[in-house]
Amino acid sequence: MTSTQVAPPPAGTSGTSPVVSVRGLRKSYGGRAVLDGLDLDVRRGECFALLGPNGAGKTTTIEVLEGVRRRDAGEVRVLGEDPATAGRAWRARIGVVSQDESAGQALSVREALDHFAAYTSTPRPTDELLAAVGLQEQAGVRVGRLSGGQRRRLAVALGVQGRPELVFLDEPTTGMDPVARRQFWQLVRDLRAGGTTVLLTTHYLEEAAELADRVGVVAGGRLVDVAPPEEIGGQLRRRSTVRWREDGDWRQVSTEAPALVLRDLLAATPHEVPGLSVTRPSLEDVYLSLVGATPGGEQR
Amino acid sequence: MTAVLTGTRPAPPSAARIALARVRLELTVFARERQLVVFTFAYPVLMMVIFSAILGGDERPGDIPFPQYFLAGIAATGIMLISFQAVGTTIAAEREAGLLARLQLLGTPPAAYFAGKVGQVLVALAAQLALLLPVARYGYDVPMPVDLAHWLTFGWVAVLGALAGTVLGIAVSALPGSASSVTTGISALALVLQFFSGVFFGFLELPGWMQQLAALFPLKWLTQGMRSAFLPEQAGAFEVAGGWEHGRTVLVLGAWVIIGLVVCARTFRWRRAEG
Repeated sequence: MTSTQVAPPPAGTSGTSPVVSVRGLRKSYGGRAVLDGLDLDVRRGECFALLGPNGAGKTTTIEVLEGVRRRDAGEVRVLGEDPATAGRAWRARIGVVSQDESAGQALSVREALDHFAAYTSTPRPTDELLAAVGLQEQAGVRVGRLSGGQRRRLAVALGVQGRPELVFLDEPTTGMDPVARRQFWQLVRDLRAGGTTVLLTTHYLEEAAELADRVGVVAGGRLVDVAPPEEIGGQLRRRSTVRWREDGDWRQVSTEAPALVLRDLLAATPHEVPGLSVTRPSLEDVYLSLVGATPGGEQR
Repeated sequence: MTAVLTGTRPAPPSAARIALARVRLELTVFARERQLVVFTFAYPVLMMVIFSAILGGDERPGDIPFPQYFLAGIAATGIMLISFQAVGTTIAAEREAGLLARLQLLGTPPAAYFAGKVGQVLVALAAQLALLLPVARYGYDVPMPVDLAHWLTFGWVAVLGALAGTVLGIAVSALPGSASSVTTGISALALVLQFFSGVFFGFLELPGWMQQLAALFPLKWLTQGMRSAFLPEQAGAFEVAGGWEHGRTVLVLGAWVIIGLVVCARTFRWRRAEG
């Protein structure tokens, strides 16, 4: 694949200034708050995953950032501009792979890519795009005949056609089989390798862990935690559970110092401790307690 | 995947360039919608065949043979179907399918999208009339417009009618509800207008209240304008006003174009309403 027109970031946009900056974002539908004071920063070049259950407000957040959904309150900056008022020059710098992608069923893959090239002044060549997403063999196939996974790949090709600096991926692998999902992850990694900033939403933990530099957990319309995937949950993560049987009953202790608990337990028990185990919470456990532990954070 | 662009970008393509790409795309997609194509081209011809078979021996006011009178009406109806009805229903479907959301994300100027529709309508209309007119001429002996002036009348009435229909089709596509309910509403409206506007029956045979109601809508004027192109000059005496009223036709159709544009500008949305 050729790499054309790679320019260093212009002065002032590099380094620490965030690509996306959100403060106190609020949005209600019919009196029901979907976003309730969400804060978010995405740095240039990183892959940030918004992780949360269905209905947590991920898609609404992305739509506000894309400038297609009005917000009730809050300050939003994407690539230095307010998406609600930004113009076509700004649009040219972002790419979107949306949930309900439809490029026109009657067109072939190549026709769709050739057509949408007319909307940007910096289109990537169609053949390059086809190769990048692995759709060379489907180039002549009508979009309506593609499999779900192939259609998502076309959506990615369309999303990056104009060489965007920032790409939004809204639940990109929902409904994909495991093979297609892994292929898709590789696409996102390739995208990152080219310097594109990626903001993706997902309700799959392993996807966030696999792709993201940082994960933001959304629950109840707020960001309840932000950290690299291996550190998400912080204190929750460090708590271990020591479990054993005593007089036929299960006993368990949740602690940040399992060694101390064990030493006391072993000292107090001269013989074998039945059923003894020490477990650290999985990412999933942490995620579930983050999502469930939020005040007012019932699933919606 | 490489080649992210972070330096200075060239300005986005002009609306005219996108509009050209849209016209090409709209025609491609239209040509591949087999049902729509068949309906669009076969409907006026079929109507001509059916109604002439039933009423072929009748005459309309001024000793005009039925097929001659009817050609004007069915040409006008074809224009309405291909502009108003087809455009309104396809936009509602495109919005529901998320096609318009993609255009919005790409920063497409709405004018470029509208221009694509207009271009598609004009090309499809030319093809439709190129099929209908020979059928009428050689199948039913309907005389064609007698001179250049009448052909010109035919031309401006067709184009102005198609413009009004397209713009109003875009406007009604914003009606709330699913694409299929919008389609039902548009089809019902189009059908009723055909009966009110003197397409099937002589306009003078309609009850007065129906005539007055029809005069508010474009189809009546489109039909009357078509009669002025196809019927002999003296037939104008049998119109409601005793003449062809070209000035008023331009005025009413033009007013509908402007009303439609204003409604489009105020109500056109790329997405379905917020939930």
